[in-house]
Amino acid sequence: MSELHLFPNLVPVLPEIILAVVAIILLIAGAFTDEEAVPTLNLLAIFAMIGAIVAVCTLSGGSSTFDGAFQFDNFARYLKVLVLIGGAVSIMMSMSYARFQSFSRFEYPVLILLSTVGMMLMISASDMIAVYLGLELQSLAIYIVVSINRDSVRSTEAGLKYFVLGALSSGMLLYGISLIYGFTGGTNFYSIAETISVDGAGLGVIFGLVFILAGVAFKISAVPFHMWTPDVYEGAPSPVTAFLAAAPKVAAMALLVRVVMEAFQPALIEWQQIIIFLSVMSMILGAFAAIGQSNIKRLMAYSSIGHIGYALIGLAAGTEQGVIGVVIYMTVYLVTTLGVFACIIAMRRTDEGMVEDIADLAGLAKTNPWMAAAFTALLFSLAGIPPLVGFFGKFYVFLAAVEADLIPLAIIGVLSSAVGCFYYLRIIKVMVFDEPKDRLEPMAGELRLVLAVSGGFSVLFFLVWTPILSAATAAAQSLF
Amino acid sequence: MMSDWPILSILIFLPLVGVAFILAVRGNDEAAVENIRRVALIATTFNFILSLWIWIGFDPANPGFQFVERREWIPGLISYYLGVDGISMLFVILTTFLMPFCILASWKSVTVRVREYMVAFLVLETLMIGVFCSLDIVIFYVFFEGGLIPMFLIIGVWGGPRKIYATFKFFLYTLTGSLLMLIAIIAMYWQAGTTSIPDLMAYQFPADMQAWLFFAFFASFAVKMPMWPVHTWLPDAHVEAPTAGSVLLAGILLKMGGYGFLRFSLPMFPDASSEFAWLIFTLSVIAVVVTSLTALAQQDMKKLIAYSSVAHMAFVTMGIFAMNVQGIQGAIYLMLSHGIVSAALFLCVGVVYDRTHTREISAYGGLIQRMPWYATVFLVFTMANVGLPGTSGFVGEFLTLIGTYKVNTLAAVGATTGVILSAAYALYLYRRVVLGPLEKESMRRMQDLSLREKVILVPLVILTILFGVYPNPVLHVTDASVNALVSDLSQSIGAQPGPAVDGAAFTNETGSSADAVNRGLEAAGMAPAAGDGHGAASGSDHGAEESQLDENSHGEAATGDTDHASPADAADGEEE
Repeated sequence: MSELHLFPNLVPVLPEIILAVVAIILLIAGAFTDEEAVPTLNLLAIFAMIGAIVAVCTLSGGSSTFDGAFQFDNFARYLKVLVLIGGAVSIMMSMSYARFQSFSRFEYPVLILLSTVGMMLMISASDMIAVYLGLELQSLAIYIVVSINRDSVRSTEAGLKYFVLGALSSGMLLYGISLIYGFTGGTNFYSIAETISVDGAGLGVIFGLVFILAGVAFKISAVPFHMWTPDVYEGAPSPVTAFLAAAPKVAAMALLVRVVMEAFQPALIEWQQIIIFLSVMSMILGAFAAIGQSNIKRLMAYSSIGHIGYALIGLAAGTEQGVIGVVIYMTVYLVTTLGVFACIIAMRRTDEGMVEDIADLAGLAKTNPWMAAAFTALLFSLAGIPPLVGFFGKFYVFLAAVEADLIPLAIIGVLSSAVGCFYYLRIIKVMVFDEPKDRLEPMAGELRLVLAVSGGFSVLFFLVWTPILSAATAAAQSLF
Repeated sequence: MMSDWPILSILIFLPLVGVAFILAVRGNDEAAVENIRRVALIATTFNFILSLWIWIGFDPANPGFQFVERREWIPGLISYYLGVDGISMLFVILTTFLMPFCILASWKSVTVRVREYMVAFLVLETLMIGVFCSLDIVIFYVFFEGGLIPMFLIIGVWGGPRKIYATFKFFLYTLTGSLLMLIAIIAMYWQAGTTSIPDLMAYQFPADMQAWLFFAFFASFAVKMPMWPVHTWLPDAHVEAPTAGSVLLAGILLKMGGYGFLRFSLPMFPDASSEFAWLIFTLSVIAVVVTSLTALAQQDMKKLIAYSSVAHMAFVTMGIFAMNVQGIQGAIYLMLSHGIVSAALFLCVGVVYDRTHTREISAYGGLIQRMPWYATVFLVFTMANVGLPGTSGFVGEFLTLIGTYKVNTLAAVGATTGVILSAAYALYLYRRVVLGPLEKESMRRMQDLSLREKVILVPLVILTILFGVYPNPVLHVTDASVNALVSDLSQSIGAQPGPAVDGAAFTNETGSSADAVNRGLEAAGMAPAAGDGHGAASGSDHGAEESQLDENSHGEAATGDTDHASPADAADGEEE
């Protein structure tokens, strides 16, 4: 044991180490090269992520290190792969963006890598201190990335807004952690759970729990901690928004699952109410507030709020089936969101540059039928219409909700998804039914690839569904 | 020999092969478009011919599921499980039968985005056949809901001036109705531990659970059907949809509601079904009377036919929830007949719409002088829509009314006024469009049916009359399954020993359901050709549940019948 204290086992952290080392190397390389080298640095970052995926997949599960502060189990493995895919695809999409916009900054891949390291720490964290460290590493990198367009007022404003509100939420999280430490005497998840199960969840613990949940709810942008989302989504450059909408949401959701299922498992009754509240509010707000939006990035912000609400249905169930539902839902969400953002990044005109209004998509089915077809499939999938994959994402969370006797929650879920359908249909209407305006520029190769994979997955998912499902089941089982 | 093949899967996915070919056709010039149309026609025709094999290979004496295919997909949850029985088989045939007509009807009238149009129709065919073949409830739901996507696009892209409103209304209405069914499906899975439809049919759900499951399914099927008062999406969708879209909407999509009642509501929730039959009867009688009166006032031909569809579907729901052999046989027969007749009526409207580009009834008149073929064909379908003896519409309506009369006299009386009203609006329409003097300038240049249009309409005329005078081919197929359904129903509802004796006596008297049906037809002066030897196996004791149903469903139907009688008379008078 004493040996372990002197030198912790670094094997489970290998993927993070790979990414961190590559990030530092790229930082140095970027400082000494000019702008020409940025695409190469981007490629290197993508390769590092692919390497990390390989490492994550080959590592043996069930190990923990740093005195139990870092856990590498099947749950971590599954979600780390998701996060890494999200990060790698975001860098890929930024490469096509950078060719036409002033976006060639070598900091971008470095920051994405560092943020990804933070997210992977969050996923594996089983100690409150590790939670905080991971969350901050992730957030700080993202604050900078959001305002990476230094000359744009919108971008810097978004970054500042995100930073101020993010700092507030970090403060709440930290306050919650300190309360928990004060009332349970531990920061490790297992020791917290043990104390709560022996002593019961006292007022102090519940206070701490509420603050922790509020802090994490901010990161997943669940209502009522969602206010930053539309502004930041709209203000940040599109590839950054794509990154922001995909990987960090997955990581924060994983963190939330691990915190409530491991540290606060004995206090299920207490946190369940909070999660149900967050879920219901997010679904309803996501459904109604998106109706009036004309900017597609703002609309996607509200849509993502709604989707987090659905994922939380699974968590509210608090069962293994529920965790499977969350994991499946976040998988579907990640893939679909990346595909949608590939379309958004491709909204570019020769004269106007990037355009972001839904109206700019008018008549896409005539000018660019394949892009319109894939986008339509993705939107129907987000709306949860079978036979597309989005339906099965929702199916699993509802399955969990009904199993846990949360039928009113499930009914609110299906009804708000019917409302939410309206605004997805509106985009489809503009694309397919309306007469074309000016043509959009043809899609870049990387974006086509992303869109093809994502659109293909949303239609042909049943070919790969069984392995995904068994991996998700294994992931959920490792928490119980 | 055919039973070794996964014939249902082939039927379901063959249209997608057609889609692949259509997408492979290069170019957008006239020749390419013509090729796309041909590919679609060949694919649908071939699918129809193939579907006849299941009719030939179908064993009508077997009440269970045939041509069964089963593959595990998600272990313990969802399996790819297909099969047809006497209730669903003919709907599959109806679907494949109508598809080539849809393609032919769109040959000249759809000229923009033909490729996408044909793809949407073929995908829709896949999903529609899937609905009727699924034996896994989740797979059923997937096909059932998936059909919204192509229909949304068909109405939205190729529809009329108010297409956006109509297609959004159609989509959101039907989606909202169905979502509650999803929750019910999940609840049934957790309760029974399976999603297989045959297993769920055998499972006894607790009575209190049945009630809310029943309403969750009811919400979905009532909207789809559509039943009054959730029918308002249908007239809009019909008016704006292109002709072929209306054909499928009226011909197939509406039948999914009735099929759903027969496949899920009745066998899975028998107690709730009998408990709430009064509600269905009330809504149906109101629907028959109200929508028939509404149809009288319509200025738009398609809207009129749409309202008449709602009225006819109300007969179907009444027949289904009569829960006896005549009622259910009649409901199935009426659905099949209405599938042909309403589809044909929409095609008839399409014929004149293609020439004048208006559906206003007042824009027409005196067509008989320029279009004798058209006038004849339209007359046959109008009469079938009215339910004139000798047309297929009569058999179905008559059987449903007999079935309803046995359990709820008031409802049957109320619904019979609907038959009178249907004569009023249908003949009124015919008079205004086809008869009368040829006054309008635009009418003088009308061409009679082209060869393509004859090819579309004449087979439908033949079928309408054939099934009007010789219903046995259809009743044979449905007989065994309906008998099994009714006897299961009476067992689960009529658990008390008392009426069982009566039921046995009744069985002895009548033999099989087909006999019972035949007696009804004989009474109406149309003795069917030959008696049928089979089907006596599961001779049901329908006496049992009827005596019970009577008690449930008295006293309610008084709302709908008497007070509407006078407008009916008025309409009659006007017509003369």
